This record gives sequence, structure tokens and C-alpha cells, in this order.
Amino acid sequence: MTASSTSSTTPQARATRRDPRGRLRLIGTLVMSLVALAFLMPFVIQVVTTFKTDPQAAASPLSLLPNPFTVATYRQLFSGSEGAAFPTWLGNSLFISLTVTVGRVVLDSLAGYALARLRFRGRGLLTVLLISVMAVPGVVLMIPKFLVVQYLGIYDTYTAMIVPLLVDAVGIFIMKQFFESVPREIEEAARIDGAGVLRIYWSVVLPMAKPALLTLTILSFQGSWNEFTHFVVTTQSSEHATLTTGLAQFVSGSLGSGTRYPLKLTAALLATIPVAIIFFVFQRHFVRGGNAGALKE
Amino acid sequence: MSTTTEPELGAGPEPGSERRPPGRLDRLRRPRRDGRQGVWGWVFVSPMVLVLGLFLAVPVIMALWVSLLDWDGQSNPFSGAADFVGLDNYQGLFAEDGLTRTLFMTSLRNNLYYVVLAVPLQTALALGLALAVNQQRLKGKGAFRTAFYFPSVTSSIAVSTVFLFLFQSSGAVNSLLKWVGVQGPNWFTDARGLVWVALDWIGLVDPSSPPAALADHGVLGLSWWEWLSGPSIAMCTIIMLVVWTTSGTFMLMFLAALQDIPEAQLESARLDGTNRWQTLRHVILPALRPILFLVITLGLIGTWQVFDQVYVMSQGQPANTTLTPAFLSYNMSFKDAQYGTGAAISFVLLAIILVMTGVQRLVLRERDGRRRLRPRRAAR
Repeated sequence: MTASSTSSTTPQARATRRDPRGRLRLIGTLVMSLVALAFLMPFVIQVVTTFKTDPQAAASPLSLLPNPFTVATYRQLFSGSEGAAFPTWLGNSLFISLTVTVGRVVLDSLAGYALARLRFRGRGLLTVLLISVMAVPGVVLMIPKFLVVQYLGIYDTYTAMIVPLLVDAVGIFIMKQFFESVPREIEEAARIDGAGVLRIYWSVVLPMAKPALLTLTILSFQGSWNEFTHFVVTTQSSEHATLTTGLAQFVSGSLGSGTRYPLKLTAALLATIPVAIIFFVFQRHFVRGGNAGALKE
Repeated sequence: MSTTTEPELGAGPEPGSERRPPGRLDRLRRPRRDGRQGVWGWVFVSPMVLVLGLFLAVPVIMALWVSLLDWDGQSNPFSGAADFVGLDNYQGLFAEDGLTRTLFMTSLRNNLYYVVLAVPLQTALALGLALAVNQQRLKGKGAFRTAFYFPSVTSSIAVSTVFLFLFQSSGAVNSLLKWVGVQGPNWFTDARGLVWVALDWIGLVDPSSPPAALADHGVLGLSWWEWLSGPSIAMCTIIMLVVWTTSGTFMLMFLAALQDIPEAQLESARLDGTNRWQTLRHVILPALRPILFLVITLGLIGTWQVFDQVYVMSQGQPANTTLTPAFLSYNMSFKDAQYGTGAAISFVLLAIILVMTGVQRLVLRERDGRRRLRPRRAAR
């Protein structure tokens, strides 16, 4: 609204004009809130159902008030008979995600820096290879990964679960993009002062890269926490089950039986919570990473 | 205007390669410095080369070899103990009448219908959400963005579990449908194709006795009637799940593009007296075109890889109507111990996805071409 148009109208006309607009705005926000609510409804129902008993979850799946309210499923998961498996899943997921995250943060940024800044023979070729590796869809790699893990004799071990995930192409690419955006002059200055490559990297470049490293940390944790196909083809024993493979095993193959959904949903909820917390705290890093990962050219 | 030309300046020759002409002093010092960087460069990238080489490049070559074998997973496939069968595994998928081809063609049909429904739906939903969230007058944009994006970051296994619960025969979705007077189907056991259901509903064809012309003839191991089934009801639940979880990511990409539209362009449209629909059609949508194509091609690539949801929700059932090439490849290998066939399916799938990626590359090239045009248009 420009000043000239408001000044030429009477206060009454202005009021009637603004009113429908305000109402429109209210309606718009209301409609959007309903859409958002519908979008999040599956999670709401999930959370509510974890506090229900089996019969109640089956009889009134939509009701949002657990009656009776119970935390039996949570207790069962951590101490009950079949719950014995759950702490193992949780422990494996935590251990693997943390290891993989540390590995990726260190190794991805090393490689990203080298590809962005260091001059060495074969850099161009490696960059091309890296980009073509990103084009290979993960699902296609399932059987190949199984073959190599089997061949190396590490099938069904933590080594097979962790080592192949320690480096990821998208993470390297994100770091490479970041280092290329940093002005060269700072490194040049350090070089003139006589600092070596390693020293420049450690005390000049890395401190500047904190935001990118945080993005990489978050994406790595989320990626390895949610990882499924890699564990499906590299492990088989229950002692190596993670939250994803354990839950998938637990849930699949029980189609339509309709039983023990509160327990299953509790396990699923606990598998969602860590990533959800990180998401709500560091949301903009997800946004940045999501766009960078998608626009890999 | 200057901001639009900047990326091109940045995307010049390799960084540092042409910056300074080699002076005498430089020429003396450079070999030593490059030598040092050369060693450190390889030290820095060696973990990447090792891991990606050992667990990505080598395995693909191994799998290519296995796809030429008749291997049951027991012996060492590289010792010559397994039979070398050449292209037999691939032939079994396309040219030989048999169970393998029927299963493979069924999986291709299922995934094709899945792609045809999921890609337009997720693109449209993502675009709609982005436009809605981008409304200037909307309050609490950040909260809405969070709400719509959240499903995208959660574990596919966990949300599949939730959808299994929601879509039970007497579950939440069917209870909702009952409120509006609709008898919901038995989602996960209903193998009827959508096209069949529609034809039945308008009274054209009775699915229990399909027209002989379609049911008795066919191609590649499936009758025409089966080819034309449409996605099964069970597959529709997976489509809904995937649309729900992917549209948030794509919404963010649309939002980023929307925020890149110069404010001046919108302002001048407003001054020209265009209404909101005209602005949307003639200013906003044309500006989103490159991102729209990108989202569609990313969707095409992603939807050919559906695996997790099938694993948790249906295992390919009912009646193989949710079987996808990715899941069939897994099942062939790990359940039926036909690793050769499983690997061959992987490579056919890779070929399909590479074609989609090729389309994406073409689209991106077109986008860059358009960007180069923009300053000229703005100058006019």
C-alpha cells in the first residue's frame, strides 16, 4: 500500500478495505494450520498410540486420548522379554552413527579441502570420479556391497557396517563447495609466513569451516542413523541389528495381523526422536544440506 | 542485475590456474611447493580413494562379473567354481518365457505406475506448499516450513511402521473414511489395480471376468489386462507415504527458487496491475521452470529406487503388486540365492536410472543456457 493511495481515501473506506484483507489473512493462516495439522497427524497418532493398550489401539485407532493411559510399551522395550533386543538395537545405532559421524567429519573435510585447494596430479580425474560416484543410486549397490564384504571376509561384522560409510561422496562435495567459497588470501598469507599444508589446514582453514562442519555433522548423523539398505546386506545376526534393521524385521511379515502396534510404534518413535531433536535445533543446517545434496552437478 | 552475472564469473577456469603469470621467482619456487602439495593432496584424499574405491567402484565391477554367472552365493565367485553363463541372466529377464521374466516384468509394471502417480503428486504438492508458505501475508512461515519438512528427515522404516498402523483394515484411515460414509478397502491385502477398480465402478468391466481379448493375449509374460491394471490398492499406500515424505524436501527447493525471484520483477508486475493469478502464471511459474524440471527428474530418479517401504510394508505382496525391481533384485539374491539374476536386475535398474540422470543433465544444461540469457532480457 503506497502512501498516496491511503491518503486519498476516507478512513471509512480504508477500514472496509483493510477488514476483508485481515479476514482473508486469518482464513489463510487457518487453512494452512489445518493442512499442517493433517501433515503431522501421523506423528500425533503415533505418539498417542504408544500410550494405549493393544485392545484400545485396535478398537479406537483415531482417538487422541489413551484410556487407560499406560507406559507399558516403554517398559517392555527396555526390560521385557522381547525387549531384550531393543537396547541392542539402540546401542548399535548409537555406536555406529557416532563413529560414522566422526569419520565423515574428519575424512570428508580432508578430501574436500584437497579437491578444492591443493594442487596435485590426478585432482581433476578424482573430482570427475567423485561426481560420477554421486550419480550411482544406493539401491543398485546393495548386491555389489554384499559381494565385496563377503569377499573380504567381513560379512556380519561391525567393520562391514562402519567402514564403507566412513566417507560419503555428497559430504565431500559439500565441503569442497565450501572451501572453494573461502577467499584464498588468508591461506596465502599463512603460506608466506611459512606455514605448511597441514598447519594451514588445521589452524587456518578448519576454524573458518565451523558452520560447514556443523552441517556435515548433522547430515552424517541423520544419514547413518536412518541408514537401512547398507545394514540389510552386510549383516544378518541379531547382535548386529540396528534400530532400522531391527524394527524392519520386527514389523515386516506381520501384515494385517494388527497386533502389538503400540509396541511397534513405540520402537519407531524412539528411533525417530534423536533425529527429530537435532532437526528442531539445527533446522537451517538441514535446509542447507538438503539443497546442496540435491543440486549436485 | 549484477548478482545474476556473478555465478558465471565464479565458474571460470580452475581456481588459481591462470591468476598470475609465472614470474622467474615463481618458476623457481613452484616445483617445490607443488611437490609438497602434491604429496599432501594424496594424503588428504587417500581415505576417500580407499573407501569409495573399495566399497563402490570395486563392488560394481564384481557385481558386473557376477551378473554373468550362475552363482548361488556359496562358493567363491571369482575362483571359476561358478558357471559362466554370459548374458543368460539378462536374457532370462527379457527374452525367455518363465517365472523370472514374469516377476521382473511385473516389478517394472508396478514401479512404472508408481512413478507415474508419485512424481506428479509429490511435485504438485511440493509446489503448492511452497507457494502457500511463501505468501507474504502468511504468519509463522518458519513453523509451517518446519511442519511440512519434518517427515522428510525421519527414518523411512519408522514412518513405514506408522503407515502400517494407519492403513490397517480397521485402522485410523478407514475410521476416518467411515465418518464420511465410505467403506475403506483392506489396504495391504488388496491386489486390485486402480484401473480395474475404476472400470468396475463405472460398470464397464467385471474384474473377475476380464475381457478375453485382454486377458488371453499379452506381451513379455504378462497379459494386456495385467499390464493395464494400474497401481494396486496396496501400492497406493506406499505412494501416499512417499508423496508425504518427499514433498517437504522438494518444497524447500521450490522455496529457495521463489526467494530468488527479484523483488523488482514482482513489484513491476504489481504496478502493471496484474492480479495474483496473472502474476503466478506469467512471472512466478516461468521463473520456477528450471527448478520444476529439476524436481521432476530428481523424482524420477528417486522413485525408481523404492525399497525400504516395500520391505517394511508389503514385502512385494499382495500378489506381487508392490514388487519393485530393487526389491526383486534383493529377493532373488538373498532369498532365492540367484545372485546372478539379482545382480543383472541391479544393472538394468542402473541403466533405467542413468537414463533419468541423463535427462536431468540435459535439463540442467538448458537451465544454464537460460541463466545466460537473463541479463540480456533484464537489460531490455
